Amino acid sequence: MSLIGVVLEQQAESRVAATPETVKVIRSLGYDVVVEKGAGAKASFPDSAYEAAGARVESGDSAWGADIVLTVSAPADAEIKKLKKGAILVGVLSPALKPELLAALAAQGVTALAMDAVPRISRAQSMDVLSSMANIAGYRAVVEAAHEFGRFFTGQVTAAGKVAPAKVLVAGAGVAGLAAIGSASSLGAIVRATDPRPEVADQVKSIGGEYLLVEVEEKMESSDGYAKETSKAYEQRAAEMYSEQAADVDIIITTALIPGRPAPKLITAEDVALMKPGSVIVDMAAAQGGNVAGSVAGQKVVTANGVTILGYTDLPSRLPAQSSQLYGTNLVNLLKLLTPAKDGKTVIDFEDVIMRSVTVVKDGETTWPPPPVQVSAAPVAKAEPVAMPEKKKMSAKTKAGLIALGLATLFGIVSLAPAPLPQHFLVLMLSVVVGFYVIGKVHHALHTPLMSVTNAISGIVVVAAILQVTDTILLVQILAFFGVLLASINVFGGFAVTSRMLKMFTRGDNE
Amino acid sequence: MTAQAVANAAYVAAALLFIMSLAGLSKHETGRTGIRYGIAGMAIAMSATVWLTLSGEWTDSTLLGLGLLVAALAIGAVIGLWRAKVVAMTGMPELIALFHSFVGLTAVLVGWNGALHAKELTPTLAAVHSAEVFIGVFIGAITFTGSIVAYLKLSAKMSSKPLILPGRNLLNLSALVVFVVLTVAYVITPELGLLIAVTALALALGWHLVASIGGGDMPVVVSMLNSYSGWAAAATGFLLSNDLLIVTGALVGSSGAYLSYIMCRAMNRSFISVIFGGYGIEAPSGSDEEVGEHTEIEASSVAELLSNAKSVVITPGYGMAVAQAQYPVAELAKKLREKGIEVRFGIHPVAGRLPGHMNVLLAEAKVPYDIVLEMDEINEDLAGTNVVLVIGANDTVNPAATENPSSPIAGMPVLKVWEAENVIVFKRSMASGYAGVANPLFYKSNAKMLFGDAKDKVNDILKAL
Repeated sequence: MSLIGVVLEQQAESRVAATPETVKVIRSLGYDVVVEKGAGAKASFPDSAYEAAGARVESGDSAWGADIVLTVSAPADAEIKKLKKGAILVGVLSPALKPELLAALAAQGVTALAMDAVPRISRAQSMDVLSSMANIAGYRAVVEAAHEFGRFFTGQVTAAGKVAPAKVLVAGAGVAGLAAIGSASSLGAIVRATDPRPEVADQVKSIGGEYLLVEVEEKMESSDGYAKETSKAYEQRAAEMYSEQAADVDIIITTALIPGRPAPKLITAEDVALMKPGSVIVDMAAAQGGNVAGSVAGQKVVTANGVTILGYTDLPSRLPAQSSQLYGTNLVNLLKLLTPAKDGKTVIDFEDVIMRSVTVVKDGETTWPPPPVQVSAAPVAKAEPVAMPEKKKMSAKTKAGLIALGLATLFGIVSLAPAPLPQHFLVLMLSVVVGFYVIGKVHHALHTPLMSVTNAISGIVVVAAILQVTDTILLVQILAFFGVLLASINVFGGFAVTSRMLKMFTRGDNE
Repeated sequence: MTAQAVANAAYVAAALLFIMSLAGLSKHETGRTGIRYGIAGMAIAMSATVWLTLSGEWTDSTLLGLGLLVAALAIGAVIGLWRAKVVAMTGMPELIALFHSFVGLTAVLVGWNGALHAKELTPTLAAVHSAEVFIGVFIGAITFTGSIVAYLKLSAKMSSKPLILPGRNLLNLSALVVFVVLTVAYVITPELGLLIAVTALALALGWHLVASIGGGDMPVVVSMLNSYSGWAAAATGFLLSNDLLIVTGALVGSSGAYLSYIMCRAMNRSFISVIFGGYGIEAPSGSDEEVGEHTEIEASSVAELLSNAKSVVITPGYGMAVAQAQYPVAELAKKLREKGIEVRFGIHPVAGRLPGHMNVLLAEAKVPYDIVLEMDEINEDLAGTNVVLVIGANDTVNPAATENPSSPIAGMPVLKVWEAENVIVFKRSMASGYAGVANPLFYKSNAKMLFGDAKDKVNDILKAL
């Protein structure tokens, strides 16, 4: 049975890698848990709560010396030294940006799992830290902006005059962008959003935003679920649009990130200069270089024309209880995958695409980057229009042919048939046509009553049986007796059950 | 004015009343008036016929016939009214199938009587008469056994799996060929043996036709049998030269055919393929792609989700009928509506085992019909819905139908529940639906599974609310 250590994070980090709730689940997977003293304090989880959940609260050294160490942020060099050989470290390690960290971990002879390297496949969604944290960050970005912004978000008409609603522009409609759009629009602001992928337009609309399309002659394909860099013509048009919007809106929230590269510059210094005094910009990409000219990572900057630019990089950490809970759940889901037998024994299987992707150091060897994982959604959807229309192609000509054939057959039969038959055929034909027109108008909801009433009236064969019941042959009479009996069950039962059904249908408004 | 003339006039009136009766069913408001027209038509037709039979010369046979008639009508009325009173709405498909079989059997009996009661006819007319007897008996017998099998399958007295005999299409075809041969033989020499042979043949064919169709295709089968029962009545009309029977039979026949057509369109399959082949035949392929993991949810969390929602759509399927969950579901809808939440139902045309089955079940549970919408009416709105509850439905909410062209159900119109914010799927286990097709809905990020008996789970939600 392995021991799992939950450590106290460094000064700037308020989150913690496990909450009392997730500790319970971890223990149910067969692990023992040791929590460093005060680890959850900043996220409002006291040590006593961890103890109540079944964890031991001990010193930092014993937490770092556990078989599996759960952290939020990447460990400092001194902390890496405390890891024992063969231990597993799980945290947000940014493997693409910090090769020296991977080297240090490899040198220590441990295995390191980077939560931010979870592939974007649906099976891995429950472990996707980037998404769960981005969601929180998007919400917090709106709250921070509202804090700095000197006005209401929502429009009002008050006795003291009319208040116009705030206009918010969200650049990038990923998880963070969508969370920001939703939060801002539920505060009552007018929200617009940009994104190079036009397919997000519906999602933006569904949470109350307006999607601004950058109209150029090409489209973005995102086969791995992430945004890619865009082309020249597109960028030019987008830049113009940002300038137009900057002059109009009160708040800009930028969320544009491209994995493994510096963040794209979306808002130039000129755009910022166009904004009204008192406007607020939240640059959520500040840690990766920023989307906004003049933003400083981790700082609040006020420009000469009175625009506040927030470059906070710790937005999730500013909601520590919430983000710890979600992060902790992401970790638990990964641990579930790593512990298939729920016996506290960890299995790292490189055949599993998730385990392969998150493992950045394995037993002292760097295994980053993993082979790429393609998300299959895009190409499958594209094949659709080709396959569908084939079925009904042949109709026009074949139909005419079939109708002609049918008419000819009918003509042949009727013209050869002796006296009473042609008349009967005429009646039959007319009734069929009337039947189709009448039935075609029947409401879908009444199809069952329709069937039972046609059932009742098909009991009209009772008429035939009645005509035979007074026959001179006894056998005919007996058979006719059963005919009348059966058909009359139909007649009486059919009508009775239909009226019973129809009585059940009631309108909502006359109750 | 002879009795025959009176009867003929009565038949015209009855035929018109039947048409008006069906027309009345086009709207909920006029449905009950429609029924009254139908009952009036039937009463007129039956009394005119009774009078016609009794207006002739009185003999001993007439007296006996009258006795038999009264007895048969009385027994039939008692049985019919009793069944109609006690049947549960979940049992409607069985009842309707059983009723079809009665019409079929009556048509067979009438056909036999037509053969036994040899009339003096000219040779041409005698030949026509013989052919009419055969056609009537054939259609009637197919309807009879087909409906019996449908009844047995629907009431779970027989496995609803399709029976697959080797070369079954060939069997059906050769039965048709044998029928034609027998008919020709009977027209030439009307012998009782041939009549017995054709009856047996048709009985076997009807049995086999329906036995080889699976449970989920039952809506098509039941409406097809409805159609057959109409044609059987029409054939009887030809036999007796009775226009009322022809008109009524044709009305019922075309009604059933139209319903079958609607059902087939709702499954994006041709009528032929439903009748002559179930899904399971060509093993569905291409399910090896990444399926993903489903997320489970507790009833209490569903209750919380529902109370915070603005709009809720419930899409029931046959599973709701099986679990008898319509009452708690209706209760749930009522409670949510009292909280000011917009609740609507979305019904797929082939949900259930009978066209319109779900509507009747919900109506029985006192769900107002104006919040029960068809697929086409609700599909647009699903994207703006907070929570969709999928209760006992599977194939009718399968996104593979629109997203995956290689899926066996590709192109089938489905309820686009996955466009809603949250989808809760009530299910017993992760098994696939009738079509045997995996459902990617369960692995979507906005979908949560609530495992267990639908009735218990809905009750749990009600408690938590």
